[in-house]
Amino acid sequence: MINVSHLTKQYGPRSAIQDLSFEIHPGEIVGFLGPNGAGKSTTMKILTGFMPATSGSATVAGYEVFKNPIELKRNIGYLPETPPVYLDMVVRDYVEFAAKLHDVPKSKLKTAVDLALEKTSLTDVGKRIIGNLSKGYRQRVGLAQALVHNPKVLILDEPTVGLDPKQIIEIRELIKSLAGDHTVILSSHILPEVTATCQRIIVISKGKIVAQDTLDQISARLRKGLIYNMTIKNPSSDAAQSIQSISGVKSASLAGNKLIIELTQSGMDSRDQIVAAAVGKGLGVLEFSSEKVNLEDIFLQLTTEEKIS
Amino acid sequence: MKKVWTIATKDFRSYFTSPIAYIVIAGFLTIMGWMFFFNLSHFNSMNLQYRSYGMGKSVSISEGIIRPLYGNMNVILLFLTPFITMRLFSEEKKLHTIELLMTSPVTLMETILGKFLSAFLLVLVMVGITFTYPVILFLTGNPDIGVVFTSILGTLLLSGCYLSIGILFSAMTENQIVAGALTFASGLFLWLISWASQSTGPVMGEFLNYLSLIGHYNNFSQGMIQSGDVIFYVSFIGLGLFFTHQVLDSYRWR
Ligand SMILES: Nc1ncnc2c1ncn2[C@@H]1O[C@H](COP(=O)(O)OP(=O)(O)OP(=O)(O)O)[C@@H](O)[C@H]1O
Ligand SMILES: [Mg+2]
Repeated sequence: MINVSHLTKQYGPRSAIQDLSFEIHPGEIVGFLGPNGAGKSTTMKILTGFMPATSGSATVAGYEVFKNPIELKRNIGYLPETPPVYLDMVVRDYVEFAAKLHDVPKSKLKTAVDLALEKTSLTDVGKRIIGNLSKGYRQRVGLAQALVHNPKVLILDEPTVGLDPKQIIEIRELIKSLAGDHTVILSSHILPEVTATCQRIIVISKGKIVAQDTLDQISARLRKGLIYNMTIKNPSSDAAQSIQSISGVKSASLAGNKLIIELTQSGMDSRDQIVAAAVGKGLGVLEFSSEKVNLEDIFLQLTTEEKIS
Repeated sequence: MKKVWTIATKDFRSYFTSPIAYIVIAGFLTIMGWMFFFNLSHFNSMNLQYRSYGMGKSVSISEGIIRPLYGNMNVILLFLTPFITMRLFSEEKKLHTIELLMTSPVTLMETILGKFLSAFLLVLVMVGITFTYPVILFLTGNPDIGVVFTSILGTLLLSGCYLSIGILFSAMTENQIVAGALTFASGLFLWLISWASQSTGPVMGEFLNYLSLIGHYNNFSQGMIQSGDVIFYVSFIGLGLFFTHQVLDSYRWR
């Protein structure tokens, strides 16, 4: 549904994205994750036909971007970073205007607008002037605009920015419900956002893709150097040494009555041996737990380290 | 073409959701009304004098009222049209709403034509309201209907040129005030450009005269429609809109 190959965009001498290639299948929800300035918005602006790439090509919904812009744009719903709302317009009129621009036939106009307002919980404010709405509501108006013509592909640039927690959940549910019928690509720089809605994520940093996979696989790939904590009743100096000698254990050190055990990156699971050895030595095991893999840490690791393998 | 209308109606409506249209229309009607009244009384007293002193033919309505009426209107529109066009693209750029237009299945030219049409409709409303003045004249006298219509046509074409310049400047900046000021300055410059023709050589002078926006209005005010004048105005408008297209197109290549 979306096919990007060797996409590069330069702003003057600086490149915002470099040689991006990825593919998104019909019905997928894909998260575009990256820190500020990674090039998320730039990529989206190219995919929506807002601006051309410096080199490379992209096909969305079967249309090559910029070769067939009108057909392309008819099939895309786009929520830019700043919701493109006219502050002096009434919500309903605005959504209707967007629908007309996207060739929604006159006979279906009313139902389409009603549905878009309903999906974004805007029915109650349909008659209000957008300029008088709060930021979160404006964001939803922007979303309604992107949905109103029921496009095959939805490109949402940070769709939940500025929403309150309840709204965030609602919008996430809405996005999830779009899966199947629509192909969705959304960007975010916060990980929970993508983990909550997307089946797959593409992590980009400094204009390059650093990882693209399902969430489970990405975290699995990073879990190799795992750390376990063992709380023991009888801490003794040779306790650490005896654990360290077990194969698969990289290091073990004692801090108070806590034994911190780091595994090697081999991926070998030596938990059973560790516990057996600890019990055999009579350390008095009280607790054994893996240090929770923090997804934010993974994200930070992905986007700060240049290379991960 | 349907999209042109969609955009035109959206922008036309938005004139009336801000105070701009009301201020422009109110200002226009106040000044025009005052000028009409002034002209009328001046005309009356003049004709009274002519008659009482028996000074031959009196001044015709066309010459004494219609011509100054639309001549003045052209000057006032030069001042007011920048207010009509200044926000058309600059605000779209500033508020990022242009991203909606540029990612919708609408061509850039359709967008530009829609905006032009919305501004032109507003001018049409303004000129339309002042049509009551010639109607009053028709009720009380018999002015030359031809002169009235050619004057209106000329005025609309000339306003179209102002609007075209205005849209171009509006596309060039995010700042409405800058767009408006540049529009007014250029409109005035193109209006007065013929002044310089007296001090330049004959060839250059001829050329400057040709470029003068108001120069092409003269025939209209005499009740004549010359194809050369119409072509000049229409090409001028077209050129302005074409440059607007180029400006906006390059904007996305930035
Ligand atoms: N119009 C522009 N001119 C010059 N440089 C630009 C322009 N727009 C973006 N950039 C640069 O391109 C890079 C990528 O920007 P982009 O907006 O795509 O990042 P992003 O991932 O969307 O970031 P954020 O999370 O802050 O929205 C940044 O370094 C930015 O400074
Ligand atoms: Mg961005």
